[in-house]
Amino acid sequence: MEHTTDFLEKDSRKKLELYLHIPFCVKKCSYCDFLSMPADETVRRHYIHMLLKEIQENGTYCKEYQVSTIFFGGGTPSLLPGAQIAELMEALQENFTLDADPEITLECNPGTLDRQKLSCYKNSGINRLSLGLQSANDRELQLLGRIHSFEEFLENFAAARSMGFRNINVDLISALPGQTIKSWSDTLKKVLDLQPEHISAYSLMIEEGTPFYETYREDEMRRERGERPRYLPEEETEREMYVQTRIILEQEGFRRYEISNFARPGRECRHNIGYWRGTPYLGFGLGSSSYIEGMRYTNPCRLEEYLKGSCRNLSRIRKKRWDITSQERHMHETPESSEDSIWVLSKQEQMEEFMFLGLRMTEGISRKEFWNRFQAELSQIYGDVLQKLQSQGLLAQKEEHIFLTEAGIAVSNYVLSEFLLS
Amino acid sequence: MAAIDQSKIRNFCIIAHIDHGKSTLADRIIEKTGLLTSREMQAQVLDNMDLERERGITIKAQTVRIVYQAENGEEYIFNLIDTPGHVDFNYEVSRSLAACDGAILVVDAAQGIEAQTLANVYLALDHDLDVLPVINKIDLPSADPKRVIEEIEDVIGLEAQDAPQISAKTGLNIEDVLEQIVEKIPAPAGSPDNPLQALVFDSLYDSYKGVIVFCRVKEGRVKAGTTVRMMATGATADVVEVGYFGAGQFIPCEELSAGMVGYITASLKNVRDTQVGDTVTDNNKPCSKPLPGYKKVNSMVFCGMYPADGAKYPDLRDALEKLQLNDAALQFEPETSIALGFGFRCGFLGLLHLEIIQERLEREYSLDLVTTAPGVIYKVHKTNGEVIELTNPSNLPDPAEIEYMEEPMVSAEIMVTSEYIGAIMDLCQERRGIYVSMEYMEETRALLKYELPLNEIIYDFFDALKSRSRGYASFDYEMKGYARSELVKLDILINKEEVDALSFIVHSGTAYERGRKMCEKLKNEIPRHLFEIPIQAAIGSKIIARETVKAMRKDVLAKCYGGDISRKRKLLEKQKEGKKRMRQIGNVEIPQKAFMSVLKLDDN
Repeated sequence: MEHTTDFLEKDSRKKLELYLHIPFCVKKCSYCDFLSMPADETVRRHYIHMLLKEIQENGTYCKEYQVSTIFFGGGTPSLLPGAQIAELMEALQENFTLDADPEITLECNPGTLDRQKLSCYKNSGINRLSLGLQSANDRELQLLGRIHSFEEFLENFAAARSMGFRNINVDLISALPGQTIKSWSDTLKKVLDLQPEHISAYSLMIEEGTPFYETYREDEMRRERGERPRYLPEEETEREMYVQTRIILEQEGFRRYEISNFARPGRECRHNIGYWRGTPYLGFGLGSSSYIEGMRYTNPCRLEEYLKGSCRNLSRIRKKRWDITSQERHMHETPESSEDSIWVLSKQEQMEEFMFLGLRMTEGISRKEFWNRFQAELSQIYGDVLQKLQSQGLLAQKEEHIFLTEAGIAVSNYVLSEFLLS
Repeated sequence: MAAIDQSKIRNFCIIAHIDHGKSTLADRIIEKTGLLTSREMQAQVLDNMDLERERGITIKAQTVRIVYQAENGEEYIFNLIDTPGHVDFNYEVSRSLAACDGAILVVDAAQGIEAQTLANVYLALDHDLDVLPVINKIDLPSADPKRVIEEIEDVIGLEAQDAPQISAKTGLNIEDVLEQIVEKIPAPAGSPDNPLQALVFDSLYDSYKGVIVFCRVKEGRVKAGTTVRMMATGATADVVEVGYFGAGQFIPCEELSAGMVGYITASLKNVRDTQVGDTVTDNNKPCSKPLPGYKKVNSMVFCGMYPADGAKYPDLRDALEKLQLNDAALQFEPETSIALGFGFRCGFLGLLHLEIIQERLEREYSLDLVTTAPGVIYKVHKTNGEVIELTNPSNLPDPAEIEYMEEPMVSAEIMVTSEYIGAIMDLCQERRGIYVSMEYMEETRALLKYELPLNEIIYDFFDALKSRSRGYASFDYEMKGYARSELVKLDILINKEEVDALSFIVHSGTAYERGRKMCEKLKNEIPRHLFEIPIQAAIGSKIIARETVKAMRKDVLAKCYGGDISRKRKLLEKQKEGKKRMRQIGNVEIPQKAFMSVLKLDDN
């Protein structure tokens, strides 16, 4: 069967990213609402088995693609023994065609690494580590419900370096309850001393279904109304932390390339950039999302169901898409509403995504690129919105690029929502 | 149908305080007389609007004819006229009463006499009705029929020793009520040979039959072919059909004669031609004078109604026109607001009437509405001698042109247990009430009389009354003309722009307080923008209160969850969706509900 390759992918044809979700943790952190849980050895082995099956089944149907990045995310992928990661990597190499120089990242939790594990990872092909430090302050780590101390992180970081990892990211979270601008910049400085290649600096989000939600939701609402919060930093402080992050990191040679991501030149996370730029990807594992050939779909979010083998595979998805398109072109259903649904993006939805994802990048989006993908002038579709946002000082233009200003970044939810067309 | 023996007819209504069981008793009577089997009974047969059943109140008068086989072996015809149960519909109640010869007074065996009980009894006695007390809810553990009987005798002065003690809910002793209707309610007077004289007590519009006039024939007779004339409106028409009321259906008959209650359909196009309280007579052989008591129903409470989606303006007009076919008391005329666009200034009998119309528009016609603060009719006396009846605050003339203003007053009767007298007097004081009198009905309960400005009670007086008396106070009022008052127009400025739809008229003494509260409310309703938004209350050019909505400084989704783009999209969609429900005024987006927030100012 011949599949229409979307105009969307003309530019990035054959490029494919892979995401593998490892949903296991020693203990769930107080702020985390990702799909993760503690699990015993048997469940973990069963899960790896299912992942291998997914890799095999999908690989057969992806012969026209070349994999540029792989990302092991979690949960805590570094909970897995070296041998299991090696097994997964082998399967990936066997079933997919990899780039000559792929970016292969593994998320790690400080306190779960040792030299032997690291050497295994290294040998199996992992070439980038992402360490979830979150804070260099032990009191803050405790508040977050993390299992490690800053000291343990330092040991793990040194071990990773000594084992030859030359591309390391450190995840940090600002705007923690009780955090001051000083303690945040201390964290930044302590991390900079280690000279990582990449830093992700997020603001804390109070997510439903987490212990933090119970404790801080009301406080957050107070802050949203513009009142003074009791525990969380004030809005102005939060904003100042964000400003400081950029100043401090840029002084040390980092460049902000996305709202929350900073890297030394050439060390930007290629995998994440793929998400913002509309590169196709397949997600394997519990609750993982895929975006390929103009479709979005998601694996089951319940472990029992996933383990029963009810994950998606591209061949069936393509078949189903064909069924849908032959009946009705556009089925607007979000993956959460029905686990069995696939979402075929309309041209309009693809344009919206191009804008609201692309604008997260500091270099923004390009008019030329828009034309290449959609055969439409950007100003024809978004002329009014662009004009309004530019006059509000939230967007700026340089040659054929349009990007968020500092003011625009600060209120990016508002700015990006303006690009929804319906 | 054979001629009906006038002496075997009983025309009556049931009156009660709200929740004392009026509609339930009506159901039980209908069921006991076999008009419907209990299987066919849907609770509260006579309340046939969904809204009436849900709210447990009667909005439209309903009537049913039933045949009762009395213990003496004779068959009697009962015409039960169910009256609306709310003070907003006082006039309708009075016309329904005028169509009766007697009234059953239902009193709750636990609660005893309440303000509406009294108001309704006095109304019934004014119409020379024989009142038959019935003690209901005697199955309640807290029932104290003995005390209630004494109360009825002491307070109202009605003989109540042999009042039936019933439970309308369980059907206990309903037979006693039926027998007493036969014994104690008089047969109708009047003669079929006199010129036609019939009282209109309701009307409705039916898409097949046209206007259906509900009437009580006092004198004479009417049948198909009679040319009738409405004495007040002057409309004439040929009668197409006459008949009486089955349960939920119209049953045609040969003629209606003196003493009978039934309906007339004629070639009438508009319910406005058939005003409640009007007299129907034979155009060829008219009666000498109309029945007493007719008055034109006037709207008391006004507000602006606007479609949330401006494009729905024609739909709103169609819906209002349809509702008006059945509701002569509903008035509307087009108006425009700078803030809200095209809409209507609508007039209602009271706040309940307003709420009902609003709910019906939203439910039955699927309209999303923005309603402005309700107000009353003010009389503006201008320096040039002209008098304006003001229903929309935006039309208030320049203060320099105003000599003085008047506002409508009501006399209110509030019945309250003694421990809450203080709290209720405070409330009346706050609402600019003028104390008239206080009488103790019995040791623990008093009847307070106040004169209050209507505009102080239309918002949330009833709620405040209930909350300050823990539900023990009851309340009734009637209109009592106009009184001179120091009134000012309070304007609201959002981001320095006056929002006409938020302006309202207020007493100068409470203007500061109201202005302050309005600003506070609006501050919480208006979402933060990219810039600071001042909210100000002003009288003329003088700012009397101010609040500020702080500028939004940060709104970032820090982390995008890997490949889960749909989650990000949902968040943005939610953000955008929120904006759709906003009204743009200048640079500021105001949520629709902010316009209604002015209604709820009492936070006690």
